[in-house]
Amino acid sequence: MSVRLDVQRVTKHFLVRAGFFQRRAGVVHAVDEVNLRIDATGTLGIVGESGCGKSTLARVLVGLLEPTSGQVSAGGQAVHTLRGAARRQFCRDVQLIFQDPANSLNPRMRVETAVAEPLIIHRLASGQALQRRVDALLEQVRLPLMLRRRLPRELSGGERQRVGIARALATEPKLLICDEPIASLDVSVGSQILKLLNELHQSRHVGLVFISHDLAAVASLCQRIAVMYLGRVVEEAPTAQLVAHPWHPYTELLLRASTLDLNLRASGERPSNIHPPSGCRFRTRCPIVAPVCQEDPPLLEKQPARLVACHKRP
Amino acid sequence: MNRTDRLAWIGMSLILVLTVLALAAPWLAPYDPLAVSLPEALLPPSAAHWLGTDQLGRDVFSRLLYGTRISLVIGFIAMGVAVGVGVTIGAVAGFAGGWLDGVLMRAVDTLLSIPTIFLLLAVIAVDPAERLVSLTRWPIVGPVAAAVFHWIDPRIVVVMAAIGLMSWMGVARLVRAEILSLKEREFVLAARGLGASRWRLMTRHLLPNAMGPVLVSATLGVGGAILTESVLSYLGLGVQPPTPSWGNILNEGRVALGVAWWLTVSPGVCILVTVLAFNLVGEGIRDRFLR
Amino acid sequence: MALLDVQDLSVEFQHGPDTVKAVDRVSLSLEAGQALAIVGESGSGKSTLALALTRLIQPPGRMTGGRIVFQGTDLLRVDAPTLRRVRGRLISYVFQDPATSLNPVLTIGAQLRETIRLHTTVAPDDVDACAVALLEQVDIAAAPERLRAYPHELSGGMRQRVMIAMAIASKPALLIADEPTTALDVTVQVQILQLLQRLRRELGLALLLISHDLLVVEQAADRIAVMQRGAIVESGPVAAVIQRPQHPYTQQLLACRLTLSQRSSS
Repeated sequence: MSVRLDVQRVTKHFLVRAGFFQRRAGVVHAVDEVNLRIDATGTLGIVGESGCGKSTLARVLVGLLEPTSGQVSAGGQAVHTLRGAARRQFCRDVQLIFQDPANSLNPRMRVETAVAEPLIIHRLASGQALQRRVDALLEQVRLPLMLRRRLPRELSGGERQRVGIARALATEPKLLICDEPIASLDVSVGSQILKLLNELHQSRHVGLVFISHDLAAVASLCQRIAVMYLGRVVEEAPTAQLVAHPWHPYTELLLRASTLDLNLRASGERPSNIHPPSGCRFRTRCPIVAPVCQEDPPLLEKQPARLVACHKRP
Repeated sequence: MNRTDRLAWIGMSLILVLTVLALAAPWLAPYDPLAVSLPEALLPPSAAHWLGTDQLGRDVFSRLLYGTRISLVIGFIAMGVAVGVGVTIGAVAGFAGGWLDGVLMRAVDTLLSIPTIFLLLAVIAVDPAERLVSLTRWPIVGPVAAAVFHWIDPRIVVVMAAIGLMSWMGVARLVRAEILSLKEREFVLAARGLGASRWRLMTRHLLPNAMGPVLVSATLGVGGAILTESVLSYLGLGVQPPTPSWGNILNEGRVALGVAWWLTVSPGVCILVTVLAFNLVGEGIRDRFLR
Repeated sequence: MALLDVQDLSVEFQHGPDTVKAVDRVSLSLEAGQALAIVGESGSGKSTLALALTRLIQPPGRMTGGRIVFQGTDLLRVDAPTLRRVRGRLISYVFQDPATSLNPVLTIGAQLRETIRLHTTVAPDDVDACAVALLEQVDIAAAPERLRAYPHELSGGMRQRVMIAMAIASKPALLIADEPTTALDVTVQVQILQLLQRLRRELGLALLLISHDLLVVEQAADRIAVMQRGAIVESGPVAAVIQRPQHPYTQQLLACRLTLSQRSSS
């Protein structure tokens, strides 16, 4: 039975406190009214630059952060309200892989303990069977078994990330959410991790949500891509179509910038997400901006399976 | 091995020597520490009495040896109490946050603002020793308490508990600060995402990583506890004579300072060396953690 | 005569009984106005090499041999005052993370003015005007107001522009940039690379660019040297090396590159 996450109008705001009395000085609009449908049978990429809210969204998706409004629901129930057995089941089905493996592993836990932890928490194995499961997981992520007793600081970046992936796979999840898994790794190591994730998707039918700022990496792995800007999803389409014929001006900018085309006219700076522009958030940098853009464009399905939030496109 | 490490090893060796001396006191002491011999009062150090005698003719060296036991035991147990209470309260405050954190920290602040000596005076004035002894009359706890009090004078237990209860606040703050910063680290988030219970988060993830500064603080705390005991005994509030402790030997030597320097210098040097040893070890541990 | 001619440079690090050769007999040369990129992964020694060029290596690192001939003088053999005249004036640096390269408690105006005072011969009365001019040269709008800002009030791209302004204040002959765009968003990366390109044209600046990103190198450099474990394994004109890599390591690096034209999704 597949898992499906329904993201409905999810908004996450953070309060900025400043001054001696820690008064409310502003609100960070990290994620604003995001709608997504995540099917655990496919691979979805979420792309955006810093400040677009993708990491925040990742944490909201697995229930580690409570949305300010809207909800992420799985099987009809809001994820952040799950308790007890339902919550444990959800933890088993949906797992998160973090960006910086140096930080996402307990510095005092050896590899075998870290990988065994989810099995212990959910009482899925013990004793000899536990050892065997751990070994099998390490093999799955191509980690030599002799690294079993190592501590994180004795491992390379790539090895640490593999441990993180092994740990996430322990409960045989149906959906893996990867938050910038290769951003802090060397290019060659990163490409191996991408290959591993692809294999896992193909052979074990694990759904993937791949969150990254690296459009090329996302495009190589995912069938669909959602582009985020300043907390909003501005375009969502099958990868081939998005890359060949982008609709949203920001997607276009991102595509051309990703090839480091130095002839690109990339004007202006990203506005802060404490004071986002009214209406369409991209209008301060958009080459085709028009008066109508003072109004917020909704994300509409203008062709089957292609959505865009723009008044003037397609 | 760098300088700090070498010094730390010297400190460890000193502590080891002191522990051995303390344990072997009954065999090493040339005289009975309680044996009064007025004709031999205030003798300067000699071959017969290595550190001389006090006003009652008791051998200072033997008294110091027995005093080592008292000081070390008080030091360790007082520190144990401080760390035990401090870690518990600090961890709960840091982890729970919100109003509970606020209440606990305000309590800590209040206790910290009361001068230690007055707290101690207040505690000791209530004569808790008597109340401790009355514990032996209770049904289940009674025999256990009686056995413990056979070994250790209840008044010493009072001193240990008092010192411990005065020192836990610093530890609590330290632990709370560590827990607060660890809570936001990604590996804790990852453990939550795996479905770890709060108990598991605390015991397997937060506390083990928070113990570094606590360990340093604890080692330094033993030295501090020994010093505090000396002060207490010096004021006449700690270990009561004739039981020897470094503090009360110092106290008794105070009146004869002009004529019998060995009565104050000897316990003084003992205290100095012991506290220094613990400090060196504490520095070594801190250095290790920073590396 | 080449602007910079490095011959057989070696840097070693001592960890107890082990000696690690971070830079192993590296030789390279750079003409005035040219851009050379040093490419390698983490641990290849490229950042160590960048620091070694003006003898910025601290113990336990040691420079153990070779020559660094800059404008005809061997920097490894000059005295301290001469070296100080070179460092920061004739050779400037821009580092990766502008968040940690700028002093957080000083305004950028203060830091910029300090650089101008130390490394240029601008008269004290003209320092402020010079600072404003520098900020405008790196495309920072509303320059006079920006001078009063603190680093944390600026975005990553702006901070990097400030770093570049500080680096070009003395009109150096060589700019050494260690991963200048790695910590930035890709749209900002394009802007910074465009800026560097423009400055090179305007000032005749030579550029030594250190990067792990082959895309950046392709766009910003004329020549490329590939480093692996402290040694240069291949070098040559950028287009030639990228299209016809000879060394297996270079081939491996290029193979891992993902471009938007290759997609292997099912």
